[in-house]
Amino acid sequence: MITENRRHTSATPGGIGASVSNIEAMDKVRGRFVYANDLTRAGMLYGATLRSPYPHARIEAIDTQVTRRLPGVQAVLTHADIPGRPTYGFEEPDQPVLAWDQVRYQGEPVAIVAAESAEAAQAALQAITVRYVRLEPLTDPKRVASGEGANLHPQGNTLRRLPIVWGNPQMQAPVVVRQSYSVAMQDPAFLAPEAGLAQPDGEGGIEVWAASQWLHADRAQIAAALALPEERVHLHLAGVGGAFGGREDITLQIHLALLAQATGRPVKMSYTREESFLAHAHRHPAQMWYEHGADLDGTLRYVRAHILLDGGAYASSSNAVVVNAATFACGPYRVPNGSIEAEVVFTNHPIAGAMRGFGAVQVAFAYEAQMDRLAQALGMDPVELRRKNALRTGDVLPTGQRLEGPVPVDRLLERLQEVPLPQSASAGFPGVHRGVGFAVAFKNIGYSSGMDDTATVRLRMQTGEDGSPEVHLWSAAAEVGQGIRTVQRQILTEEFGNLRIVLEPIATDVASAGSTSASRQTWMTAAALKEACAALREVLWERAEKELGAQEGAGRLVIREGMLWRTRETELPAQEEPHVSLKSLLRETPVEVERTHHHRPTQPLDPQTGQGNAHLDFAFVAHRAVVDVDLGSGSIRPVELATIQEVGRAVNPKMVSGQMEGGSAQGLGLALMEALESKEGVVQNASFESYLVPTSEDVPPIYTELLEESDPSAPYGLKGVGEMPTLSSGPAITAAVRAASGRALTRFPIRPEDLLLPQPNVAVFLTPTQEQEAESLPMEQINAMTEEHFVATLGFAVEESPWVARAVFQRRPFPDPQALADAFREVLISASPKRQRAILMTHPELATARNAAVGLSALSRSEQAQGGFSTLDDGALSWWRRFNHLYRIKFGFPYVFALRAHAEEDRVSVARARLRNAPAIELACAIEEVSQIARTRILDRVGGLQSVMEREA
Amino acid sequence: MEITFEVNGQSHNLAGVAPLESLAVILRDRLGLTGTKIGCATGHCGACSVLIDERLVNACLVPAAQLQGHQVTTVEGLETSEGIDNVQQAFVEAGAVQCGFCTAGMEMAAHALLSALSNPTKEQIRSALTGNLCRCTGYQKIVDAVYQAAIGLKGV
Repeated sequence: MITENRRHTSATPGGIGASVSNIEAMDKVRGRFVYANDLTRAGMLYGATLRSPYPHARIEAIDTQVTRRLPGVQAVLTHADIPGRPTYGFEEPDQPVLAWDQVRYQGEPVAIVAAESAEAAQAALQAITVRYVRLEPLTDPKRVASGEGANLHPQGNTLRRLPIVWGNPQMQAPVVVRQSYSVAMQDPAFLAPEAGLAQPDGEGGIEVWAASQWLHADRAQIAAALALPEERVHLHLAGVGGAFGGREDITLQIHLALLAQATGRPVKMSYTREESFLAHAHRHPAQMWYEHGADLDGTLRYVRAHILLDGGAYASSSNAVVVNAATFACGPYRVPNGSIEAEVVFTNHPIAGAMRGFGAVQVAFAYEAQMDRLAQALGMDPVELRRKNALRTGDVLPTGQRLEGPVPVDRLLERLQEVPLPQSASAGFPGVHRGVGFAVAFKNIGYSSGMDDTATVRLRMQTGEDGSPEVHLWSAAAEVGQGIRTVQRQILTEEFGNLRIVLEPIATDVASAGSTSASRQTWMTAAALKEACAALREVLWERAEKELGAQEGAGRLVIREGMLWRTRETELPAQEEPHVSLKSLLRETPVEVERTHHHRPTQPLDPQTGQGNAHLDFAFVAHRAVVDVDLGSGSIRPVELATIQEVGRAVNPKMVSGQMEGGSAQGLGLALMEALESKEGVVQNASFESYLVPTSEDVPPIYTELLEESDPSAPYGLKGVGEMPTLSSGPAITAAVRAASGRALTRFPIRPEDLLLPQPNVAVFLTPTQEQEAESLPMEQINAMTEEHFVATLGFAVEESPWVARAVFQRRPFPDPQALADAFREVLISASPKRQRAILMTHPELATARNAAVGLSALSRSEQAQGGFSTLDDGALSWWRRFNHLYRIKFGFPYVFALRAHAEEDRVSVARARLRNAPAIELACAIEEVSQIARTRILDRVGGLQSVMEREA
Repeated sequence: MEITFEVNGQSHNLAGVAPLESLAVILRDRLGLTGTKIGCATGHCGACSVLIDERLVNACLVPAAQLQGHQVTTVEGLETSEGIDNVQQAFVEAGAVQCGFCTAGMEMAAHALLSALSNPTKEQIRSALTGNLCRCTGYQKIVDAVYQAAIGLKGV
């Protein structure tokens, strides 16, 4: 094919590579596009849902007697009225269509009504009485994972536990960083609340208009509940106002169909925003424990991680989400050894399921935070550390899967570093500090783990009413605003030139296109289209040979300018080559072909080792964030996001950049503001007043760049693009805030208190652990040490920055402990200001020990105790806190002071004097203090009795 | 109650309206003008933004009782006999429309801005659109579209 595997420079106007406008945009800007909630039918009824007010309760009785007699009420349905299967579910049918014995989350549907007006339907709900016995809600996934609490489902509360073990899982390393991280529940918060319409088809079947991501999955679940064969259930896509994964699970579709079946009339339902928050699936909240081990040069040796996802009340797509969390737990880095355990449990929280990024988003936050911390420990530039460990084509993932396609991790970062930084200066307010952070990530495209993922299209070429040829496309691929219909048109233009293209309505009158999710729809539908277009040309050529006579030789079939050609040319066919007009080929009968694409088979992961080629393909993305952080108020202002994404070949660069910008904003929301909060299982902020979605002022200008590298295994070389930008935008923003504030930042979203209150430092361990070792070390032993041992032994002198000890090592041998301490000082004072600031950032603030002892290393804690700082009275404590605050606002790093080197009575006057320093002077002062602390620590530890005696003398 | 008001230059007299019935519901359910969307019904998302006498409001928060004698402009009122207006055209060209559910409200907010400030900076545009949520685009192309529309309007 001429279009395969090369950079596409001259697209057919409107073909692949052209930034044509979305074909639905014109209707949408005019207000003429019909969304689900805009549908009406003559004589339609209004449906409404009665929901459980409790997150966990037993249902003792449901009384609908009064309701049934109310004026205008046409149907009241409970579980007892479901003719077919009483449960449904995206992966397994574990979710009651209407609850019968138990409710497992707040908002779970218990009864549905249909009435002549929306008001009558609401009144009907009021008249239903349900007797509940409240049960203890399960709200702590950690406790659930440890086996506490009653079983919410017959199989227990562990939905799935998935280990991945590779290399030597017990591997050790000279530098180790450990930390736990958490991610809150994110709501897809698409702008159009759920709505739909159903009506009987007059022949015993049912028609449903749904705003869905996968019509055929909806159809199968509706048919099961209604006890109808699937072919009697017809689904039409209603205009979708955003999806982001949250429309993959069924919400109101079955209810609508039941009500239409029961009443014999059209029924419409529309959720309120509050119902929408409760009813659909959310991004899994996560708790993650990570340990990274690296060599002194930054080469990763191992990763060990435990990832715990809160699946909420029902399975939804948790089984697949946890595969992504596990398989992407290490990020786009070479990690030769390790062990991952990912686990998802049931709780009485709202349902967690698919949301853009699908399990890969949560772990990206954790592994990128770990990379930042490791870079800090090693004194390396964070981007340099990432590039050093970047995956490349041919590398093997923890699952044993080899990366065959493009793996441009290093190139993405390299290019992103070249993008000019924004010119605008920090606002100029004192206490506002600018930070720059990078992150890189990847995820799979398409369904994984051995699923036979398919997409079908049907094409018909015929002569239109005006006698000219045209092609019709039937596809059930859900258009949710991402632009799949525009993509389909561009592909058909690529294949057939400027032929009239008719896209038939999206419905179940053609076989499934699979879900618009997993960044798969463009890939899968494009592949099916490619096969169908080729088949269609073959059929036409058979007809052509009847007209032309049998043609000798070979060549590819091309349709251009209303002609079918067989050509050996790589670009346009030559005039003398055989060709026939489509008009004559289609004169008698149209040509119709249907093709189903199955992607290359994948494998399920081995349940013990997590090994297997689980994924079809991957795409990579990187972000750079620039933020201004006000250390006085804890507020964060993103200044700019820059992102580069590997997109294969972009079908429509303008639409691709739109996906990148939108996904980046959702990642920003998760990092800075979005959290659906529950208290004892009851959602606290199911409204846009208290669940904050980023506004036009929260999202900064976004610079996007597409890295186009045709993927040989992909149709037309293109790739899915939708999810990737949500992966690295939040981590890059966090890295930037980290750079500006020095805070560890271990949760999404970041809260102001994370910047204001003393925070636990990230644990950095040097092995073999020497921190508590009391024995004194003779100088000759130190001079004989290997680098690794030297760093492990003396790294403690400068907290969490073992690179300093590494640089000191280069200056061996040392005649005495003072010379060793001098070497530390020389390394420290000659370091770049950036590195000096990084060292200061790792130091705890003085006088915070009483309520934040956890934030101090054992050594700092004992030093502060010795210095009398853990026994300050309340007045002194509050003076030091205020001072710390002012100091940090002015200089952007914590006040560091070598307690044991100064007389107690001088402390306050020294502190006051230092606060008056110019920033550059103060940086030098602070580094001298760090050197002094290091000197004291070294002299405590090194040189044996002699040095101790000298010091005491 | 009975109210008389104008929508997109056309006078409407409605009887039997509840005083608290919202303008958004009246537009959509009584007048069939479904271009105005309801995303939250609490005034936080801006999808129902319309102009009342050139002033930008959330139609979901405006009760029927306040409409008497006023002039309402909705997305359906933006087009002229020559077709879609500059703002609409700019939204199409900039790629500012994905799911499109916020689009009508955004366009109304853009009109309110441009009638007050014909030459806005991108920062001013961002500031003017904070009442209108978009979940798809990250706002970049919407800001670009409004900026382009402003240039286009000056060119006319």
